[in-house]
Amino acid sequence: MKALAFASRNRKEILRDPLNLAFGLGFPVALLLLLTAIQSNIPVNLFELKNLTPGLAVFGLSFISLFSGTLIAKDKSTSFLMRLFASPLSAFDFILGYTLPLLPMAIAQSAITFVVAYFLGLSINLNILLALVVLIPSAVLFIAIGLLAGSVLNDKQVGGVCGALLTNLTAWLSGTWFDLNLVGGTFKAIADALPFVHAVNATKAAVVGDYAMIMPELYWVIAYAIAVFALATIAFKGKMRGDKN
Amino acid sequence: MDAIKNAIETVDLSKKYKDRTVVDNVNLSVKQGEIFALLGENGAGKTTIIKMLCCLLLPTTGDAKIMNFSILKDAAKIKQFMNISPQETAIAPNLTAKENLELIAEIYGSKRAEVGRKAEEMLTLFGLSDRANDKARTFSGGMQRRLNIAMALITNPKILFLDEPTLGLDVLARRELWHVIEKLKGNVTMILTTHYLEEAEALSDRAAIMAKGKIKAIGTAVELMKKTNTKNFEDAFISLVSESGVTK
Repeated sequence: MKALAFASRNRKEILRDPLNLAFGLGFPVALLLLLTAIQSNIPVNLFELKNLTPGLAVFGLSFISLFSGTLIAKDKSTSFLMRLFASPLSAFDFILGYTLPLLPMAIAQSAITFVVAYFLGLSINLNILLALVVLIPSAVLFIAIGLLAGSVLNDKQVGGVCGALLTNLTAWLSGTWFDLNLVGGTFKAIADALPFVHAVNATKAAVVGDYAMIMPELYWVIAYAIAVFALATIAFKGKMRGDKN
Repeated sequence: MDAIKNAIETVDLSKKYKDRTVVDNVNLSVKQGEIFALLGENGAGKTTIIKMLCCLLLPTTGDAKIMNFSILKDAAKIKQFMNISPQETAIAPNLTAKENLELIAEIYGSKRAEVGRKAEEMLTLFGLSDRANDKARTFSGGMQRRLNIAMALITNPKILFLDEPTLGLDVLARRELWHVIEKLKGNVTMILTTHYLEEAEALSDRAAIMAKGKIKAIGTAVELMKKTNTKNFEDAFISLVSESGVTK
């Protein structure tokens, strides 16, 4: 109940900020339109919709980190979080309260990306619904990254880390813009060790109906999501006890 | 019973950051229903004490009992019946005044059916009824401060920490708030920090004067004036703070 009340507040805060909606929902769609236009004018299959859409769905989720991180960091800067830390809300209530409103937003963002892709030529079938489900662990991971960043950084730093660094990392290391095998070496090894490419591969597998390939890729994402969530919870508990004050 | 008599009791409460001692072995007790003022210059340690008593900051050494519950061991229990109005306005800017109040009431466990009624009561009490459905970020500084305090009172706390509650309020709004605080006297134990000495004198039953993290004196305004052989409360304050070499 307490967590739900807090989640309701966070949902309102996010949805009442038009910039959040413009960036979160509009940017991945704009990129999809742009890259599809590029694809139609080049002779090689660089940005095929069945490959590009899962990549952009994951890329779009990186903006969810920016939302969750900025929300916490702003709360800290306005003393609002101090008031809430003095309330009966537990660390779990906080984490749940920040996560719950962002999950439907993340799913909606992914769904919009696929709907736009449909109008550009992607065939819609039950596999697309499966892809949306497969994207949920990735959504949780990106929310957790934002919670961690927001717990330890101020709002300007969150803008830099989640808005610039994370979005670029997601873009470069997810295999969305280019085949990682083309680069190979250390770059590919780093990309394989991080969850982004696995998130994209799992979604691609769902879209094309390669069901056996989904879970081996998704385990990476789930493991990272659990680890980052645990770290975020520890960092948040530390803030609640005033360890860093 | 001591637990009934003293709402707050600190025992050698200290906070250190590396070599810097911010609160130094503070021992004080606040009776139930009392308004107790914590006074001192900037950096005297008032807000740090409040943060420790609100379970927002762990003491380096010592402990404090809030209604006989330890801030070290029973933070979850203490948080149920305590509330704070922080020095800086602590409101959700994109929520309306009513939504802000309802949020806090729900977090403290009010039933859904009574949340609306409680919010309406607070809006009326703090003169915010006509702006109930406006977003808090559109409010003037004074209105945000009133909402800030209303959010602390909506939970009917047994212990209320008011950190600079009238900072930035105009004379009329300040007097109105004094009136609200006076009405709560006896029912709610209040710890008040303020830089307005006339406010502390008018509202508080007793005051503690702090300097460099230490309590220099505790007493009623009259007792503190007598102790320092001064004719008014401001002179008593300056005399006590100057003793520690804080004010030149």
